[in-house]
Amino acid sequence: MERHLMDSQIKGVSTGTTILAVTFNGGVIIGSDSRASIGGYYVSSKTINKLIQVHDRIFCCIAGSLADAQAVTKAAKFQISFHSIQMESPPLVKAAASVLKELCYNNKEELQAGFITAGWDRKKGPQVYTVALGGMLLSQPFTIGGSGSTYIYGYADAKYKPDMSKEECLQFATNALALAMGRDNVSGGVAHLVVITEEGVEHIVIPGDKLPKFHDE
Amino acid sequence: MAAVYMSANRSENAFSTVDLVPEWAQEEVSTGTTIMAVEFDGGVVIGADSRTTTGAYIANRVTDKLTPIHDRIFCCRSGSAADTQAVADIVTYQLGFHSIELDEPPLVQTAANLFKQTCYRYREELMAGIIVAGWDKRRGGQVYTVPMGGMIVRQPVSVGGSGSSYIYGFMDSNYKPGMTKEECLHFCTQALALAMERDGSSGGVARLAAITEEGLERRVVLGNQLPKFSNA
Repeated sequence: MERHLMDSQIKGVSTGTTILAVTFNGGVIIGSDSRASIGGYYVSSKTINKLIQVHDRIFCCIAGSLADAQAVTKAAKFQISFHSIQMESPPLVKAAASVLKELCYNNKEELQAGFITAGWDRKKGPQVYTVALGGMLLSQPFTIGGSGSTYIYGYADAKYKPDMSKEECLQFATNALALAMGRDNVSGGVAHLVVITEEGVEHIVIPGDKLPKFHDE
Repeated sequence: MAAVYMSANRSENAFSTVDLVPEWAQEEVSTGTTIMAVEFDGGVVIGADSRTTTGAYIANRVTDKLTPIHDRIFCCRSGSAADTQAVADIVTYQLGFHSIELDEPPLVQTAANLFKQTCYRYREELMAGIIVAGWDKRRGGQVYTVPMGGMIVRQPVSVGGSGSSYIYGFMDSNYKPGMTKEECLHFCTQALALAMERDGSSGGVARLAAITEEGLERRVVLGNQLPKFSNA
Protein backbone atom coordinates (compact mmCIF):
# COMPACT_ATOMS: atom_id res chain seq x y z
CA MET A 1 0.00 0.00 0.00
CA GLU A 2 1.24 3.45 0.90
CA ARG A 3 4.60 2.24 2.19
CA HIS A 4 5.45 0.86 -1.20
CA LEU A 5 5.01 4.27 -2.80
CA MET A 6 6.42 6.17 0.16
CA ASP A 7 9.88 4.70 0.11
CA SER A 8 10.53 5.36 -3.54
CA GLN A 9 9.67 9.04 -3.29
CA ILE A 10 11.73 9.96 -0.25
CA LYS A 11 14.56 12.42 -0.75
CA GLY A 12 17.76 11.83 1.12
CA VAL A 13 18.55 8.76 3.12
CA SER A 14 15.59 6.45 3.56
CA THR A 15 14.99 3.10 5.07
CA GLY A 16 13.58 1.23 2.10
CA THR A 17 13.10 -1.54 4.52
CA THR A 18 11.41 -4.55 5.98
CA ILE A 19 10.13 -4.30 9.53
CA LEU A 20 7.81 -6.51 11.50
CA ALA A 21 6.48 -7.20 14.97
CA VAL A 22 4.77 -10.40 16.10
CA THR A 23 3.15 -11.31 19.42
CA PHE A 24 3.64 -14.77 20.87
CA ASN A 25 2.68 -16.51 24.05
CA GLY A 26 4.28 -14.35 26.72
CA GLY A 27 6.01 -11.70 24.67
CA VAL A 28 6.59 -9.96 21.40
CA ILE A 29 9.34 -10.09 18.80
CA ILE A 30 10.21 -7.00 16.81
CA GLY A 31 12.54 -7.29 13.83
CA SER A 32 14.05 -5.45 10.90
CA ASP A 33 16.71 -5.57 8.22
CA SER A 34 19.71 -3.23 8.39
CA ARG A 35 19.96 -1.39 5.09
CA ALA A 36 19.67 2.38 4.60
CA SER A 37 19.70 3.62 1.03
CA ILE A 38 19.53 6.79 -1.01
CA GLY A 39 16.88 6.47 -3.70
CA GLY A 40 17.49 2.77 -4.02
CA TYR A 41 20.80 3.34 -5.83
CA TYR A 42 23.34 3.64 -3.06
CA VAL A 43 23.46 1.80 0.22
CA SER A 44 24.44 4.44 2.71
CA SER A 45 24.57 2.01 5.61
CA LYS A 46 24.74 -1.78 5.65
CA THR A 47 24.36 -2.10 9.39
CA ILE A 48 21.92 0.47 10.63
CA ASN A 49 19.83 -0.44 13.65
CA LYS A 50 16.20 0.38 13.04
CA LEU A 51 15.00 -0.93 16.37
CA ILE A 52 14.90 2.01 18.75
CA GLN A 53 14.35 1.43 22.44
CA VAL A 54 11.93 4.08 23.71
CA HIS A 55 11.55 2.57 27.17
CA ASP A 56 12.61 -0.50 29.17
CA ARG A 57 10.08 -2.84 27.57
CA ILE A 58 8.98 -0.81 24.56
CA PHE A 59 10.70 -0.70 21.18
CA CYS A 60 9.78 0.88 17.94
CA CYS A 61 11.00 0.26 14.43
CA ILE A 62 11.15 2.89 11.75
CA ALA A 63 10.35 3.02 8.07
CA GLY A 64 10.55 5.94 5.68
CA SER A 65 12.78 8.97 5.86
CA LEU A 66 15.55 8.27 8.36
CA ALA A 67 15.89 11.92 9.32
CA ASP A 68 12.20 12.22 10.10
CA ALA A 69 12.16 8.93 11.97
CA GLN A 70 15.13 9.83 14.12
CA ALA A 71 13.69 13.23 14.98
CA VAL A 72 10.32 11.77 15.89
CA THR A 73 11.69 8.94 18.00
CA LYS A 74 13.98 11.33 19.87
CA ALA A 75 11.01 13.54 20.76
CA ALA A 76 8.87 10.50 21.60
CA LYS A 77 11.55 8.99 23.85
CA PHE A 78 11.67 12.18 25.87
CA GLN A 79 7.89 12.47 26.18
CA ILE A 80 7.50 8.82 27.17
CA SER A 81 10.15 8.92 29.88
CA PHE A 82 8.68 12.17 31.24
CA HIS A 83 5.23 10.59 31.28
CA SER A 84 6.59 7.50 33.01
CA ILE A 85 8.25 9.58 35.74
CA GLN A 86 5.05 11.57 36.30
CA MET A 87 2.94 8.43 36.55
CA GLU A 88 5.58 6.68 38.68
CA SER A 89 5.15 3.47 36.73
CA PRO A 90 6.36 1.97 33.46
CA PRO A 91 4.40 3.38 30.51
CA LEU A 92 1.77 1.38 28.67
CA VAL A 93 2.70 0.29 25.14
CA LYS A 94 -0.45 2.01 23.97
CA ALA A 95 0.73 5.26 25.55
CA ALA A 96 4.05 5.06 23.72
CA ALA A 97 2.29 4.33 20.44
CA SER A 98 -0.08 7.24 21.07
CA VAL A 99 2.81 9.63 21.58
CA LEU A 100 4.24 8.61 18.21
CA LYS A 101 0.83 8.90 16.64
CA GLU A 102 0.30 12.45 17.94
CA LEU A 103 3.66 13.51 16.53
CA CYS A 104 2.95 11.90 13.16
CA TYR A 105 -0.61 13.19 12.88
CA ASN A 106 0.09 16.77 13.95
CA ASN A 107 3.04 17.03 11.58
CA LYS A 108 1.67 14.94 8.77
CA GLU A 109 2.44 17.54 6.06
CA GLU A 110 6.16 17.59 6.78
CA LEU A 111 6.86 14.04 7.88
CA GLN A 112 7.36 10.88 5.87
CA ALA A 113 7.85 8.17 8.43
CA GLY A 114 5.87 5.20 9.66
CA PHE A 115 6.43 3.19 12.83
CA ILE A 116 5.70 -0.12 14.42
CA THR A 117 5.61 -0.01 18.23
CA ALA A 118 5.86 -3.23 20.19
CA GLY A 119 6.37 -4.03 23.81
CA TRP A 120 5.17 -5.55 27.01
CA ASP A 121 3.29 -3.92 29.87
CA ARG A 122 1.66 -5.16 33.01
CA LYS A 123 -1.88 -4.23 31.97
CA LYS A 124 -2.27 -5.96 28.61
CA GLY A 125 0.89 -8.01 28.19
CA PRO A 126 2.54 -8.19 24.77
CA GLN A 127 1.15 -5.78 22.16
CA VAL A 128 1.90 -4.50 18.67
CA TYR A 129 0.76 -1.13 17.31
CA THR A 130 1.14 0.31 13.82
CA VAL A 131 1.41 4.05 13.27
CA ALA A 132 0.92 4.60 9.55
CA LEU A 133 2.10 7.49 7.39
CA GLY A 134 -0.73 9.95 8.06
CA GLY A 135 -0.97 9.18 11.74
CA MET A 136 -3.40 6.25 11.96
CA LEU A 137 -2.96 4.06 15.02
CA LEU A 138 -3.95 0.42 14.84
CA SER A 139 -3.48 -2.51 17.20
CA GLN A 140 -2.85 -5.91 15.61
CA PRO A 141 -1.57 -9.33 16.72
CA PHE A 142 1.24 -8.94 14.22
CA THR A 143 2.18 -6.46 11.57
CA ILE A 144 4.68 -6.02 8.75
CA GLY A 145 5.89 -2.78 7.21
CA GLY A 146 8.34 -1.10 4.87
CA SER A 147 8.88 -1.62 1.16
CA GLY A 148 9.93 -5.24 1.60
CA SER A 149 6.72 -6.14 3.42
CA THR A 150 4.77 -6.27 0.13
CA TYR A 151 6.53 -9.51 -0.78
CA ILE A 152 5.75 -11.31 2.45
CA TYR A 153 2.03 -10.55 2.92
CA GLY A 154 1.18 -13.96 1.51
CA TYR A 155 3.80 -15.73 3.62
CA ALA A 156 2.75 -13.92 6.81
CA ASP A 157 -0.96 -14.54 6.25
CA ALA A 158 -0.32 -18.22 5.64
CA LYS A 159 2.17 -18.89 8.43
CA TYR A 160 1.08 -16.75 11.39
CA LYS A 161 -0.82 -18.50 14.17
CA PRO A 162 -1.89 -16.87 17.42
CA ASP A 163 -0.20 -18.04 20.65
CA MET A 164 3.02 -19.36 19.15
CA SER A 165 5.94 -20.31 21.33
CA LYS A 166 9.03 -18.10 21.41
CA GLU A 167 11.02 -20.46 19.16
CA GLU A 168 8.22 -20.75 16.59
CA CYS A 169 7.85 -17.00 16.59
CA LEU A 170 11.59 -16.46 16.11
CA GLN A 171 11.55 -18.87 13.19
CA PHE A 172 8.53 -17.10 11.66
CA ALA A 173 10.13 -13.64 12.01
CA THR A 174 13.53 -14.79 10.71
CA ASN A 175 12.01 -16.52 7.69
CA ALA A 176 9.81 -13.53 6.90
CA LEU A 177 12.76 -11.12 7.03
CA ALA A 178 14.95 -13.43 4.93
CA LEU A 179 12.24 -13.82 2.27
CA ALA A 180 11.64 -10.08 2.07
CA MET A 181 15.36 -9.27 1.95
CA GLY A 182 15.69 -11.82 -0.85
CA ARG A 183 13.17 -10.05 -3.06
CA ASP A 184 13.41 -6.36 -2.12
CA ASN A 185 16.53 -4.62 -3.35
CA VAL A 186 16.33 -1.86 -0.73
CA SER A 187 16.18 -4.31 2.18
CA GLY A 188 19.23 -6.30 3.19
CA GLY A 189 22.23 -6.62 5.43
CA VAL A 190 21.70 -8.40 8.72
CA ALA A 191 18.49 -9.29 10.50
CA HIS A 192 17.95 -7.55 13.83
CA LEU A 193 15.51 -9.19 16.21
CA VAL A 194 14.51 -8.12 19.72
CA VAL A 195 12.53 -10.42 22.00
CA ILE A 196 10.58 -8.51 24.67
CA THR A 197 9.03 -10.36 27.60
CA GLU A 198 8.14 -9.59 31.18
CA GLU A 199 11.59 -10.83 32.22
CA GLY A 200 13.57 -8.58 29.94
CA VAL A 201 14.84 -7.76 26.50
CA GLU A 202 17.03 -9.99 24.27
CA HIS A 203 18.73 -8.67 21.15
CA ILE A 204 19.57 -11.18 18.41
CA VAL A 205 21.55 -10.35 15.28
CA ILE A 206 21.64 -12.78 12.36
CA PRO A 207 24.28 -11.98 9.73
CA GLY A 208 23.32 -12.30 6.06
CA ASP A 209 25.08 -15.59 5.45
CA LYS A 210 23.39 -17.25 8.42
CA LEU A 211 19.87 -16.39 7.27
CA PRO A 212 17.66 -19.26 6.06
CA LYS A 213 18.09 -20.06 2.38
CA PHE A 214 15.28 -21.00 0.03
CA HIS A 215 14.95 -23.19 -3.00
CA ASP A 216 16.55 -20.95 -5.61
CA GLU A 217 19.58 -19.85 -3.60
CA MET B 1 10.56 3.18 -20.72
CA ALA B 2 7.92 0.51 -20.74
CA ALA B 3 6.48 0.00 -17.31
CA VAL B 4 8.56 -2.21 -15.09
CA TYR B 5 6.01 -2.64 -12.31
CA MET B 6 2.98 -4.83 -12.59
CA SER B 7 0.65 -3.03 -10.22
CA ALA B 8 -2.96 -2.25 -10.96
CA ASN B 9 -3.08 0.68 -13.31
CA ARG B 10 -5.38 3.55 -14.16
CA SER B 11 -5.07 5.36 -17.46
CA GLU B 12 -6.32 8.93 -17.83
CA ASN B 13 -8.72 9.73 -20.62
CA ALA B 14 -7.40 12.43 -22.96
CA PHE B 15 -10.81 14.06 -23.28
CA SER B 16 -13.47 14.51 -20.68
CA THR B 17 -16.67 12.54 -21.06
CA VAL B 18 -17.74 13.42 -17.57
CA ASP B 19 -21.47 13.51 -18.07
CA LEU B 20 -21.90 11.20 -21.02
CA VAL B 21 -20.43 8.05 -19.57
CA PRO B 22 -20.14 6.81 -15.97
CA GLU B 23 -16.69 7.14 -14.45
CA TRP B 24 -15.93 3.47 -14.44
CA ALA B 25 -16.56 3.21 -18.17
CA GLN B 26 -13.88 5.83 -18.85
CA GLU B 27 -11.04 3.77 -17.46
CA GLU B 28 -9.08 1.29 -19.49
CA VAL B 29 -9.98 -2.33 -18.96
CA SER B 30 -7.17 -4.07 -17.11
CA THR B 31 -6.53 -7.50 -15.81
CA GLY B 32 -4.85 -6.25 -12.63
CA THR B 33 -4.41 -9.77 -11.57
CA THR B 34 -2.60 -12.71 -10.08
CA ILE B 35 -1.26 -15.40 -12.41
CA MET B 36 1.17 -18.23 -11.82
CA ALA B 37 2.62 -21.35 -13.34
CA VAL B 38 4.60 -24.26 -11.87
CA GLU B 39 6.57 -27.04 -13.60
CA PHE B 40 6.37 -30.59 -12.36
CA ASP B 41 7.71 -33.86 -13.71
CA GLY B 42 5.36 -34.61 -16.58
CA GLY B 43 3.70 -31.24 -17.11
CA VAL B 44 2.76 -27.86 -15.73
CA VAL B 45 0.07 -26.41 -13.49
CA ILE B 46 -1.17 -22.90 -14.27
CA GLY B 47 -3.51 -20.71 -12.27
CA ALA B 48 -5.14 -17.28 -12.30
CA ASP B 49 -7.79 -15.24 -10.50
CA SER B 50 -10.89 -14.11 -12.38
CA ARG B 51 -11.23 -10.35 -11.91
CA THR B 52 -11.12 -7.77 -14.72
CA THR B 53 -11.42 -4.13 -13.68
CA THR B 54 -12.08 -0.81 -15.32
CA GLY B 55 -10.83 1.49 -12.61
CA ALA B 56 -12.81 0.60 -9.52
CA TYR B 57 -15.55 -1.31 -11.33
CA ILE B 58 -15.21 -5.04 -11.83
CA ALA B 59 -16.10 -5.47 -15.48
CA ASN B 60 -15.94 -9.24 -15.37
CA ARG B 61 -15.77 -11.25 -12.14
CA VAL B 62 -15.51 -14.64 -13.83
CA THR B 63 -12.80 -13.93 -16.41
CA ASP B 64 -10.80 -16.76 -17.88
CA LYS B 65 -7.22 -15.55 -18.03
CA LEU B 66 -5.84 -18.96 -18.99
CA THR B 67 -5.86 -18.83 -22.77
CA PRO B 68 -5.10 -21.82 -25.00
CA ILE B 69 -2.48 -21.14 -27.66
CA HIS B 70 -2.24 -24.71 -28.84
CA ASP B 71 -3.34 -28.18 -27.69
CA ARG B 72 -0.74 -28.43 -24.93
CA ILE B 73 0.37 -24.79 -24.61
CA PHE B 74 -1.40 -22.11 -22.60
CA CYS B 75 -0.68 -18.55 -21.65
CA CYS B 76 -1.65 -16.63 -18.50
CA ARG B 77 -2.46 -12.99 -19.22
CA SER B 78 -1.89 -9.93 -17.03
CA GLY B 79 -1.91 -6.22 -17.82
CA SER B 80 -4.19 -4.56 -20.33
CA ALA B 81 -7.00 -6.94 -21.31
CA ALA B 82 -7.11 -5.63 -24.89
CA ASP B 83 -3.35 -5.84 -25.40
CA THR B 84 -3.06 -9.37 -24.06
CA GLN B 85 -6.02 -10.63 -26.05
CA ALA B 86 -4.58 -9.12 -29.22
CA VAL B 87 -1.11 -10.56 -28.66
CA ALA B 88 -2.50 -13.98 -27.77
CA ASP B 89 -4.57 -14.00 -30.97
CA ILE B 90 -1.50 -13.10 -33.04
CA VAL B 91 0.62 -15.82 -31.45
CA THR B 92 -2.15 -18.42 -31.75
CA TYR B 93 -2.26 -17.78 -35.48
CA GLN B 94 1.51 -17.80 -35.91
CA LEU B 95 1.94 -20.97 -33.86
CA GLY B 96 -0.89 -22.80 -35.61
CA PHE B 97 0.65 -22.00 -38.98
CA HIS B 98 4.12 -23.08 -37.81
CA SER B 99 2.77 -26.34 -36.41
CA ILE B 100 1.06 -27.23 -39.69
CA GLU B 101 4.26 -26.47 -41.62
CA LEU B 102 6.26 -28.63 -39.23
CA ASP B 103 3.63 -31.37 -39.21
CA GLU B 104 4.12 -31.92 -35.51
CA PRO B 105 3.05 -30.29 -32.22
CA PRO B 106 4.97 -27.06 -31.54
CA LEU B 107 7.50 -26.56 -28.75
CA VAL B 108 6.62 -24.45 -25.70
CA GLN B 109 9.87 -22.56 -26.27
CA THR B 110 8.68 -21.61 -29.75
CA ALA B 111 5.39 -20.25 -28.40
CA ALA B 112 7.22 -18.30 -25.71
CA ASN B 113 9.62 -16.80 -28.22
CA LEU B 114 6.74 -15.75 -30.47
CA PHE B 115 5.23 -13.91 -27.49
CA LYS B 116 8.59 -12.33 -26.80
CA GLN B 117 9.00 -11.14 -30.38
CA THR B 118 5.65 -9.34 -30.37
CA CYS B 119 5.97 -7.99 -26.83
CA TYR B 120 9.50 -6.69 -27.44
CA ARG B 121 8.83 -5.16 -30.85
CA TYR B 122 5.81 -3.25 -29.56
CA ARG B 123 7.11 -2.72 -26.04
CA GLU B 124 6.31 1.02 -26.01
CA GLU B 125 2.69 0.53 -26.97
CA LEU B 126 1.84 -2.64 -25.09
CA MET B 127 1.13 -3.27 -21.46
CA ALA B 128 1.23 -7.04 -21.25
CA GLY B 129 2.81 -9.41 -18.76
CA ILE B 130 2.45 -13.00 -19.92
CA ILE B 131 3.41 -16.41 -18.58
CA VAL B 132 3.62 -19.15 -21.22
CA ALA B 133 3.38 -22.74 -19.99
CA GLY B 134 2.80 -26.13 -21.52
CA TRP B 135 4.09 -29.58 -22.34
CA ASP B 136 6.03 -30.81 -25.32
CA LYS B 137 7.78 -34.07 -26.18
CA ARG B 138 11.30 -32.62 -26.22
CA ARG B 139 11.53 -30.99 -22.80
CA GLY B 140 8.35 -31.98 -20.93
CA GLY B 141 6.66 -29.37 -18.76
CA GLN B 142 8.05 -25.85 -19.12
CA VAL B 143 7.23 -22.38 -17.80
CA TYR B 144 8.50 -19.26 -19.56
CA THR B 145 7.82 -15.78 -18.28
CA VAL B 146 7.57 -12.81 -20.67
CA PRO B 147 7.10 -9.74 -18.45
CA MET B 148 6.45 -6.19 -19.63
CA GLY B 149 9.32 -4.99 -21.77
CA GLY B 150 9.68 -8.25 -23.65
CA MET B 151 12.27 -10.29 -21.77
CA ILE B 152 12.03 -14.07 -21.78
CA VAL B 153 13.29 -16.42 -19.11
CA ARG B 154 12.48 -20.01 -18.21
CA GLN B 155 11.72 -20.60 -14.53
CA PRO B 156 10.48 -23.66 -12.61
CA VAL B 157 7.87 -21.46 -10.94
CA SER B 158 6.69 -18.01 -11.90
CA VAL B 159 4.10 -15.52 -10.62
CA GLY B 160 2.84 -12.39 -12.32
CA GLY B 161 0.35 -9.56 -12.19
CA SER B 162 -0.34 -6.96 -9.53
CA GLY B 163 -1.16 -9.58 -6.90
CA SER B 164 2.11 -11.40 -7.39
CA SER B 165 4.10 -8.97 -5.20
CA TYR B 166 2.31 -10.26 -2.12
CA ILE B 167 3.12 -13.90 -2.69
CA TYR B 168 6.83 -13.83 -3.56
CA GLY B 169 7.65 -14.72 0.02
CA PHE B 170 5.11 -17.53 0.10
CA MET B 171 6.33 -18.85 -3.25
CA ASP B 172 10.00 -18.79 -2.22
CA SER B 173 9.34 -20.61 1.04
CA ASN B 174 6.76 -23.14 -0.14
CA TYR B 175 7.98 -24.20 -3.57
CA LYS B 176 10.09 -27.34 -3.62
CA PRO B 177 11.45 -28.98 -6.75
CA GLY B 178 10.00 -32.44 -7.44
CA MET B 179 6.39 -31.83 -6.39
CA THR B 180 3.60 -34.00 -7.79
CA LYS B 181 0.70 -32.66 -9.84
CA GLU B 182 -1.64 -32.62 -6.83
CA GLU B 183 0.94 -30.84 -4.68
CA CYS B 184 1.39 -28.23 -7.40
CA LEU B 185 -2.37 -27.70 -7.65
CA HIS B 186 -2.59 -27.27 -3.87
CA PHE B 187 0.38 -24.87 -3.86
CA CYS B 188 -1.21 -22.77 -6.64
CA THR B 189 -4.60 -22.68 -4.93
CA GLN B 190 -3.06 -21.44 -1.70
CA ALA B 191 -0.89 -18.85 -3.40
CA LEU B 192 -3.80 -17.50 -5.45
CA ALA B 193 -6.03 -17.35 -2.36
CA LEU B 194 -3.41 -15.37 -0.44
CA ALA B 195 -2.89 -12.92 -3.29
CA MET B 196 -6.62 -12.48 -3.88
CA GLU B 197 -7.09 -11.65 -0.22
CA ARG B 198 -4.52 -8.85 -0.28
CA ASP B 199 -4.72 -7.41 -3.80
CA GLY B 200 -7.75 -5.30 -4.57
CA SER B 201 -7.39 -5.98 -8.29
CA SER B 202 -7.46 -9.78 -7.87
CA GLY B 203 -10.45 -11.79 -6.78
CA GLY B 204 -13.42 -13.88 -7.80
CA VAL B 205 -12.70 -17.55 -8.39
CA ALA B 206 -9.41 -19.33 -8.79
CA ARG B 207 -9.01 -21.00 -12.16
CA LEU B 208 -6.45 -23.79 -12.44
CA ALA B 209 -5.33 -26.08 -15.24
CA ALA B 210 -2.94 -29.02 -15.37
CA ILE B 211 -1.29 -29.72 -18.74
CA THR B 212 0.35 -33.07 -19.35
CA GLU B 213 1.11 -35.41 -22.24
CA GLU B 214 -2.32 -37.01 -21.76
CA GLY B 215 -4.16 -33.73 -22.07
CA LEU B 216 -5.69 -30.90 -20.16
CA GLU B 217 -7.50 -30.87 -16.83
CA ARG B 218 -9.25 -27.66 -15.78
CA ARG B 219 -10.49 -26.82 -12.30
CA VAL B 220 -12.34 -23.95 -10.72
CA VAL B 221 -12.20 -23.19 -7.01
CA LEU B 222 -15.12 -20.98 -6.07
CA GLY B 223 -14.73 -18.04 -3.69
CA ASN B 224 -16.23 -19.75 -0.66
CA GLN B 225 -14.13 -22.88 -1.22
CA LEU B 226 -10.81 -21.06 -1.26
CA PRO B 227 -8.53 -21.63 1.75
CA LYS B 228 -8.94 -18.88 4.34
CA PHE B 229 -5.99 -17.28 6.05
CA SER B 230 -7.44 -14.36 7.94
CA ASN B 231 -6.42 -14.07 11.54
CA ALA B 232 -8.98 -11.45 12.55
